Amino acid sequence: MNRRRDAILIGAVLLLAAAPWLGGAYALRLGTFACMYAVMAVSWNVIGGLAGYPSFGTAAFFGLGAYAGGVLLSKGGGLIAALLLSGGLAFAGALLLGAVLLRLKGHYFAVASLAVAEVLRELANSATDLTGGGMGLNIPLATLGGAGPLAEARFFFLAMWALLVLTLVVVVAVERSRLGFGLACIRQNEAAADMIGVDTTLYKSLAFALSGVFVAMAGTLYAGWAHYIEPPDVFDVLYSVKPIVMALLGGLGSTTGAVLGAFAFLAIEETVWRNSLQIHSGLLGLLVVVLLLFLPQGIVSIGRVSKAWVTRRA
Amino acid sequence: MFALQILTNGLVLGCLYACIAAGFSLVWGVLNVINLMHGTFIVLGSYLAWAAYNGLGLAPWVALLVAAPLFFGFGWLLQRGVLNRVIAAPVLVTLTLTFGLDLMLNNAMLLAFKADYRKLILEPPLGTLELGPVLVPIDRVLAMVLALALTGALWLILRRSRVGRAIVAVRLDRDAATLMGVDVKSIYASAFAFGAAMAGCAGVLLAMIFPISPLASGAYLGKAFVVCVLGGLGSVPGAVLGGLVLGIVESFGAMAFGPEHAVTLSFGLLILFLVFRPQGLIGRRGFE
Repeated sequence: MNRRRDAILIGAVLLLAAAPWLGGAYALRLGTFACMYAVMAVSWNVIGGLAGYPSFGTAAFFGLGAYAGGVLLSKGGGLIAALLLSGGLAFAGALLLGAVLLRLKGHYFAVASLAVAEVLRELANSATDLTGGGMGLNIPLATLGGAGPLAEARFFFLAMWALLVLTLVVVVAVERSRLGFGLACIRQNEAAADMIGVDTTLYKSLAFALSGVFVAMAGTLYAGWAHYIEPPDVFDVLYSVKPIVMALLGGLGSTTGAVLGAFAFLAIEETVWRNSLQIHSGLLGLLVVVLLLFLPQGIVSIGRVSKAWVTRRA
Repeated sequence: MFALQILTNGLVLGCLYACIAAGFSLVWGVLNVINLMHGTFIVLGSYLAWAAYNGLGLAPWVALLVAAPLFFGFGWLLQRGVLNRVIAAPVLVTLTLTFGLDLMLNNAMLLAFKADYRKLILEPPLGTLELGPVLVPIDRVLAMVLALALTGALWLILRRSRVGRAIVAVRLDRDAATLMGVDVKSIYASAFAFGAAMAGCAGVLLAMIFPISPLASGAYLGKAFVVCVLGGLGSVPGAVLGGLVLGIVESFGAMAFGPEHAVTLSFGLLILFLVFRPQGLIGRRGFE
């Protein structure tokens, strides 16, 4: 692997941990989002980049985690219990669902994974007794009560940061393991991988489950942090698309790239879109289109691409 | 009979669904691209009908004649200019690209028309048709008939015309079609253009019945997905059958479980079909 890039990754993530001591509430908010986006992008990369299955299921996991954890929190459960519950639910759910969905390929898989989020959203919408339905769910946080907003922001930032570190450790370990190798084989040629004895169904299901666990936990943290969730918010299809854009920004298939892509994405989101609320989603669309048409290898390839362009002109 | 009324409603809805899905299915089948802009095209068609009626006094059935060439040209340019560049790329790329384009289009639409609901109200109203115990508003009957006619026209074009045969040839075997002298890139553009024209026309028809809002595009897109998977990909009869099945299932489902579960029901159906019968009711296997 690329040593320098990995060093950048470790540096960037460690540097982020300093945010609570450097900035105020705004920096904390940004830092929390940076960690959350990175968790999403790194997780998506397991199924989308490593195994090559175009999953649009991130929003489903995020919403599932937000609601499973949020409901438990609002009933007075602790944060750790909520995290374990949502992570466990996502893992088990993804394994079960994966055994079915991952038999599909290409568009069919993409559409089916997209549909999962829609169904979950409708369920959250209609199970009013449990989730509050369309009115949303209020989540008072008993454990941290009275600590003040800044202390709470600091707490959730550190929690999200710890989740990112956990995600990175697990994903990098998986990448270097037998499982990671098997997934790369599946991406390159699934039939051949099957032939030489890779248990493709199991491996793909594990990858799908891995891509869900940490996103669901991030959803729980988000729910606790925001204190209020509603179905169109946490099951937003953009949560499925943004991780893909981040991974594309950083260069598909690399964990380092996914982290850097997530940070870059957040930077663009904050500098460009926040100042142009009316055309926010249009600009996101433009970014996607430009990225796919001109920089399919991610922003790290910008030097290479422009050099090629200049030499072609000359 | 109550059930008869629901069946009628389902049939009307089903014909419109068929029209929504026929173009989507064509693009998916021929180009192997899921056009996530399809729903937005439909809503744009509805706005066109609204503007034509309120601005120029053109009835929706006249507006169809404007919408079809307009959307055809727009689709053709989009395919030639943008989508053809990534046509051979993996699913992830084409899907994400049309999503990005859709975000831009939808945003432009929100800016232009705001998120307010609009309704095309025909003056004077067309009245209601009474068929024994069953009541159907005439504008719905008209929309249904026109939807069937449009879908039938697409089917005829694909069966009889030169460009239609070329589109089918490219779908069946791209390399063989190239060897026979078919210009594949231009056929891709034509197929996409027909898909866009169908979407625009479907939007015009839907404007006669439903309120118009930029936010409806996702729902229309969802219907198109489900219908394609139910009926079978890339065939016009498949879209018609899938549309009718979905329309009837939704109507009866809404009665049995309540209308708020209609989406869950149709997506549940979608997942069941994807898993157990991915080729659809009358589709063939083997097209990814």
